[in-house]
Amino acid sequence: MEDDADRPIIRVRGLVKSFGNHTVHDGVDLDVRRGEIIGIVGGSGTGKSVLLHQIVGLLKPDAGRIEVFGESVRDTSDEEYRALRRRWGVMFQDGALFSSLTVRQNVEAPMREQLDLPDDLRETLAGIKVRMVGLPDNAQGKYPSDLSGGMRKRAGFARAIALDPEIVFLDEPTAGLDPIGAAAFDTLIGQLQTALGLTVFMVTHDLDSLHAICDRVAVLAEKKVLAVGTMDEMLKVDHPWVHEYFHGPRARAALAGTASEGD
Amino acid sequence: MTAQRPDRIAPVIATAGGRVELSGDLLIGTVADLVSHAPAPGADVQAVDLSRVERMDTAGAWFVLDLAARLSGGDAPAPIEGASDSQATLLDTVRENMPRATPAPEPRASLTDRIARLGRATYGVGLVAVEMTAFLGQVVAALAGLVLRPRRLRLTSLVHHMQEVGWNAIPIVTLMAFLIGVVLAFQGSAQLRQFGAEVFVVDLIAIAVLRELGILLTAIIVAGRSGSAFTAAIGSMKMREEVSAMRTLGLDPVQILVVPRVLALFLTLPLLGFIADVAGLVGGAVMSWIELGVSPVVFQSRLVANIDLWQFGVGIIKAPFFALIIGVIGCYEGLKVGGNAESLGRLTSTSVVVAIFMVIVVDALFSIFFALVGV
Repeated sequence: MEDDADRPIIRVRGLVKSFGNHTVHDGVDLDVRRGEIIGIVGGSGTGKSVLLHQIVGLLKPDAGRIEVFGESVRDTSDEEYRALRRRWGVMFQDGALFSSLTVRQNVEAPMREQLDLPDDLRETLAGIKVRMVGLPDNAQGKYPSDLSGGMRKRAGFARAIALDPEIVFLDEPTAGLDPIGAAAFDTLIGQLQTALGLTVFMVTHDLDSLHAICDRVAVLAEKKVLAVGTMDEMLKVDHPWVHEYFHGPRARAALAGTASEGD
Repeated sequence: MTAQRPDRIAPVIATAGGRVELSGDLLIGTVADLVSHAPAPGADVQAVDLSRVERMDTAGAWFVLDLAARLSGGDAPAPIEGASDSQATLLDTVRENMPRATPAPEPRASLTDRIARLGRATYGVGLVAVEMTAFLGQVVAALAGLVLRPRRLRLTSLVHHMQEVGWNAIPIVTLMAFLIGVVLAFQGSAQLRQFGAEVFVVDLIAIAVLRELGILLTAIIVAGRSGSAFTAAIGSMKMREEVSAMRTLGLDPVQILVVPRVLALFLTLPLLGFIADVAGLVGGAVMSWIELGVSPVVFQSRLVANIDLWQFGVGIIKAPFFALIIGVIGCYEGLKVGGNAESLGRLTSTSVVVAIFMVIVVDALFSIFFALVGV
């Protein structure tokens, strides 16, 4: 593990993807470093989620190369892909919990699938994960339809980290949450990232999240990654769209918020 | 997994001089084996030493904390030493989130509980019956309202559903009825031949198909085909809050979703029943000809001479009632769908089962009624 510490944990090169005659990605390059929280931003329809789906192997790129842990995601055998998949967790928008299982069974699902654990150990570990994401004990036996949006997202996060993955992919983790819930979720991501040593790949629109927890930000626009860097670097980019994104009225408000927190 | 990480080190647990020493990787895949090797509680242990542990995940942290707590036998947990900074952070996080004492398992249901549950279930069934009747009332009221104000009828929607439940069902209904006619002729001829009464097979087929089977089997097929489609379509609209959106816009879901569907069934089921009757008779005639040598001409003349129009009337009169049952139950179950996909599936199958069951119950009631009035 130490030997590849300075190698990017995710490496995307020359990625091309189109649906019909609509090209979404045309030459996307991106490196994600081990242990960082990277935020992917971009306008609606710029293919943020498509990029995420391609990295985790749900969609097949038309051209280009995607390496995770130094291995190509597409050129693996089923066995290798299975092993690779165990080392990351994905949280979809709105949690994508299995509606016929309780919250704890949802968190147990990846353990049940991947490992041969005794029942009580699996239940204990799932219980710890559910508590870690800040859900009350009585939520464990509830079904997803009985939970609020914020709780469903937390439960989805608990399922994503069920196997202690090295990378967590989050698709719009704070979308649809109230500001307090969103801030709490940001804090949670930060805490668990430190505690579990996660690398977090986060698709988001939430400028507050970007300011609060992201180490780096990548901007997807014009079918490629337009800029990558820390928030401070992003603020200096003078591409019109990027400038508008990080200097618009909402961006200034978010920036003011983080600045006053620092005082 | 092993292919990915050949460097995984099997964890070892050793007790020496009052210290439990752990080494290797404490990971979710490895701790299960360790649990059985842990020293028994009560052993004189001063500390758990982690200085030779390589990697540790949440499961490993849980194991260490659990071990420390169990070794001390109820007192303050044995101290944990030699953890690296990141391991200490992880241990703290997991310690905060350790499960509390597991709640006692639910006691077995006693006899009174079971009786209470039976009572509640019975009450639930009664409640559903009341609700369904109320819904039927709503639909009938909406239909009656249409008579007063015909312009409120959604004509496009009605025609669409008539095509869906009527026109598109013709092939399957025809084939089914034809085969029923064939089967009746075949079975009937085998029995009647013993008495030399082959020609009575015409009466057998005509009465069975016209009075009962034609319309009953059509209703069952339509319940399976269209009743379930009603539930699924309305149910998925309910799930996506389309029904709530309609209400906020001042549109009545019964008027828009239910009435066109029920009315379409109401208009097309008698026609489908008629088609099924004809197909059944044709099937019977074909088989009688092949099997018994009863020519179509003889079949026709016997049919006209022996079977009065009421035999057909008794069958077809039931069609609108069956249509109402299938339509109302299908739409009612659809509107009951809640937020999750599971309830959609459950209610769709409930809708079909209840509709078929009610169709058969009503058919039985009609039989009694017709026997009493002597038709």
